[in-house]
Amino acid sequence: MIDPRTSVIEKRLSGIKKTIVVTGWKGGIGKSVTSCVGALLLAEMGKKVGLLDLDFAGASCHLILGAKEVFPKEEKGIIPPEVNGVRFVSISFFSGENAVPLRGSEVSNAIIELLAIVQWGNLDYLIVDMPPGISDTALDVLRLFTRAQVLALTTPSPVARDVLSRALRLYKSLKIPVIGIVENMADRKKKEVKFSIGFDKNIEQALASPGKLLKTRFASDLKKIVKCL
Amino acid sequence: MHEWALAESVVRAAVDFSRKQNLKKIHSINLVFGELQSIDKEIFKWATGEILPSCGDIVKGAKIRIIDEECVFKCNACGNEFSLDETRRGEEESEYMHFIPEMAHTYVKCTRCKSPDFKILKGRGVYIKSIKGEK
Repeated sequence: MIDPRTSVIEKRLSGIKKTIVVTGWKGGIGKSVTSCVGALLLAEMGKKVGLLDLDFAGASCHLILGAKEVFPKEEKGIIPPEVNGVRFVSISFFSGENAVPLRGSEVSNAIIELLAIVQWGNLDYLIVDMPPGISDTALDVLRLFTRAQVLALTTPSPVARDVLSRALRLYKSLKIPVIGIVENMADRKKKEVKFSIGFDKNIEQALASPGKLLKTRFASDLKKIVKCL
Repeated sequence: MHEWALAESVVRAAVDFSRKQNLKKIHSINLVFGELQSIDKEIFKWATGEILPSCGDIVKGAKIRIIDEECVFKCNACGNEFSLDETRRGEEESEYMHFIPEMAHTYVKCTRCKSPDFKILKGRGVYIKSIKGEK
């Protein structure tokens, strides 16, 4: 028995110049908002950008982008719909408002299926929004996206930092390039790391509106980081 | 037309296989189509017909044979085995499972205990059962 799907994944990803996996092993530290706003900023800068939400259990990029009604077009696979210039793919296209209760091997199967059928075309950047932790999703992404680079997120919390340090040790041992460590929700008066995003209490009001998201202080801070990617 | 992407994966997998096995010619690719993904055979065959000639002499003219496989689930919670036919699902939900068969865990429930936690024992999607050719 041969699973044919993996044979075509490399071809599907061949038009992508740079894949950036937005990760951070703690939940609730802003991975999805960073992925979405980062993708919007790159599109605003004139780059061809894709955004893949792989957090199946907690898919939220469609909510952040206000893209609940979009659906891919079928053409030799599926063509991602564009949201403010970002080619967007999410399990939410198929699950809608419902839960997606998958075990590990089922997550792997769903990721392989998506990667086999999505026609991304040529992209300067593909941003991959990851679930928290080192799960089957994370291991599959590292296996299937052979040229992926990690953008690791943390917060000023000692817990988040400790968890991040474990993640970084793993990436180092697996020889996965980490292009940056971003401290989100940082105290604006004492920024300690090179890449930091100050706490923005108004970000929630901008959710579901790409135009408003791009005008937030969060976006302004992230823009400085995105320019270095 | 999502069938095209899967047809392309089948042809590429067959060519990869033939290289590993040092086959000079592939005569037939025997496929299994799982009921859950409900692939349109006519579109799939049309797509392979378009793709095969562009993938080299090794696979040119290969016959595509398709066997249907009934979908069987086994509940992880109560052990019940049940078929897709026994479950209720709408047209739109079937369409979502056509794209990603794992969406069954969102739309199908165990017919006995209503759990969404089950294994797909067989009949999930497309796989290659065998390839016949010559060395």
